[in-house]
Amino acid sequence: MAKLTFVGGIHPYDGKDLSKDKPIKAILPKGSLVYPMSQHIGAPAAPIVKKGDRVLTGQKIAEAGGFVSAPIYATVSGTVSAIEPRRTVTGDMVMSIVLENDGLYEEVEYGPVKPLEELSKEEITGLIREAGVVGMGGAGFPTHVKLSPKEPEKIEYVIANCAECEPYLTSDYRRMVEEPEKIINGMKVILRLFDHAKGILAVEDNKPDCVETFRKLTASEPDITVKALRTKYPQGAERQLIYATTGRAINSSMLPADVGCIVDNVDTIVAVGQAVLEGKPLMHRIVTVTGNAIADPRNFIVRIGTNYHELVEEAGGFQTEPAKIVSGGPMMGFALFGLDVPVTKTSSALLCMTEDEASKYEPGPCINCGRCVEACPGRVLPSKLADFAEHGDDEQFLAYNGMECCECGCCSYVCPAKRPLTQEIKSMRKIQLAKRKK
Amino acid sequence: MSDMMKVSSNPHIRSKATTAGIMGAVVLALMPATLFGVYNFGLHALIVILVTVASTVLTEYIYELLMKKPVTVWDLSAVVTGLLLALNLPPNAPLWLGAVGGVFAILVVKMLFGGLGQNFMNPALGARCFLMISFASIMTNFDCDAYTGATPLAALKAGESVNVMNMILGRTGGTIGETSMIAIVLGACILIMLDIIDLRIPGSYIVSFVIFVILFGGRGFDSAYISAQLAGGGLMLGAFFMATDYVTRPITKRGQYLFGIFLGIMTGIFRLFGPGAEGVSYAIILGNLLVPLIEKVTVPKAFGKGGERA
Repeated sequence: MAKLTFVGGIHPYDGKDLSKDKPIKAILPKGSLVYPMSQHIGAPAAPIVKKGDRVLTGQKIAEAGGFVSAPIYATVSGTVSAIEPRRTVTGDMVMSIVLENDGLYEEVEYGPVKPLEELSKEEITGLIREAGVVGMGGAGFPTHVKLSPKEPEKIEYVIANCAECEPYLTSDYRRMVEEPEKIINGMKVILRLFDHAKGILAVEDNKPDCVETFRKLTASEPDITVKALRTKYPQGAERQLIYATTGRAINSSMLPADVGCIVDNVDTIVAVGQAVLEGKPLMHRIVTVTGNAIADPRNFIVRIGTNYHELVEEAGGFQTEPAKIVSGGPMMGFALFGLDVPVTKTSSALLCMTEDEASKYEPGPCINCGRCVEACPGRVLPSKLADFAEHGDDEQFLAYNGMECCECGCCSYVCPAKRPLTQEIKSMRKIQLAKRKK
Repeated sequence: MSDMMKVSSNPHIRSKATTAGIMGAVVLALMPATLFGVYNFGLHALIVILVTVASTVLTEYIYELLMKKPVTVWDLSAVVTGLLLALNLPPNAPLWLGAVGGVFAILVVKMLFGGLGQNFMNPALGARCFLMISFASIMTNFDCDAYTGATPLAALKAGESVNVMNMILGRTGGTIGETSMIAIVLGACILIMLDIIDLRIPGSYIVSFVIFVILFGGRGFDSAYISAQLAGGGLMLGAFFMATDYVTRPITKRGQYLFGIFLGIMTGIFRLFGPGAEGVSYAIILGNLLVPLIEKVTVPKAFGKGGERA
């Protein structure tokens, strides 16, 4: 049963007014483009071009490195100038293909497309896999893997994550306003894969216009329903979203498919539609460029590989010196060392903040106020977990369900003592995950 | 723009809540009871309050200076402790009593255990119990210009009749801050509205206490008696301002209910079967000691671990 919300969560200032009314604008890259071989979870892609090769827009330049992996396509025409490690948003150096844009945008001929009704399930997942579609909400899990659960007949719900609960982000919102039919078409493609599944378009109720449009557009679609969820961060977190829409709860060791659900975000569903209905690979994504430091906050449709510098320029540059630059939203995004990194399949936003709230306060002692416990959607005890993490107490950390943390950031956000709770728990989780692999 | 930007782990935004803000709000919420106490008992009560607060703040300040630790008096937690302790002293208390209590609360109960957040016992209550044991005759002498004779709760225990309306208003003898139920509840409303406390602990405390009194008070469901028990003594001040002390109450939600129920029962036992009329301070102190145990048995089920399949 749908509860339309979950226990815990926070209501931060959402900052969406900066960019929510700015239509999506297509921008063309000026400088060279960089394609990291790892912009998804799983094995890195393997380059199939070499230095000096000329490639066309839409040409595959790297092949998937395994089943859990995804191919990468050139998004402009030009010449491969280097294959070398480059800095990415997480700060890591990742092997990347560098492409000099020749400004001609010569595109490959895409293969013929068959109508959806004539495609078999294997053909559909094949097309999605071949197009390099990955979860574009942030995690980057290859979509064809997600859409190939062990028991497809047990999938009951395909949930479109249209919550966009991260503050400041408006890319999904603009997509819903401007191209809602693309989301519905993508949903129909995914529903073809599961005989017993219904589609749910899950939207937060701070976007009543989108709820309204979706309801109108799906009025004659008995298999697709629209659910208006209560606005609260992190409503768009996978586990919270499944709970709010179906009343089913999963923990960190389960997959959505274990409770008969598949969750995909807006841009991913659009990419699925494009791959199957138009035969086009994943080459673009919508990026919100926003924050108080940006002169003219906007939503852009960007070719993957474009340098972040260009996004800032297109948005009018900085009106004030940024104190912190974040790839993604303020709750779960990555702080950047600098702008010289490329847009990848998972870059949802570029947030330029005028104030670094995280370093503004000196952390004080925990007063045991319990705000983190109230806010935690994973229903763990963040203050205790952070203590265990600080002391390197693996045993207690695991006993107190430390692995159930989804790193949403609510605990650090609410902490009046300004303790870096999420950071401590996150580091400890990384250590535990690494130990598990051994 | 500099070459390298500042980076840190997510999240990159913070709420406006601060420790000092919370403590300040508690001080604000204690103002109705404080002001009423001064109005009710006169100028000496005000001086006792000021001396006690000065004592707690100075003790913390001097300790930190001597120990070469960062000075933390600006987090206002020492002010809260001093104010709470003062409200628990008799109105005619000698000034040195407040000063000694303040030193004990901060030095022994709080700083020696590691400072803010580390004490296992509410500092104000710890100091009150210390004073009760050490200076019993002063601590239980509530005679002053305005009121003489037994406190309403003591009268109630002796089987005498009491004026419940006066008790609710606070026009009775007692400690400086405990007499007016109205002033305390007004302060509690401020705390609840500012989201600083919720009703889990006070609610379960008061409800379980009422049930205990009905069952074992020997008067059955006697509303006048129950109201007098509720309005009398330190129950209201204790339930809303001391049992809810963050540091010394369980952090788990279920633990908070358990804690409240325990306090209700213990207060009932102390008041009905103990030698004195009072029981709130000892009940809460005893509850404080059980917090680690309560937390251990009430660790919540993580999301998705309870088999919540609809």
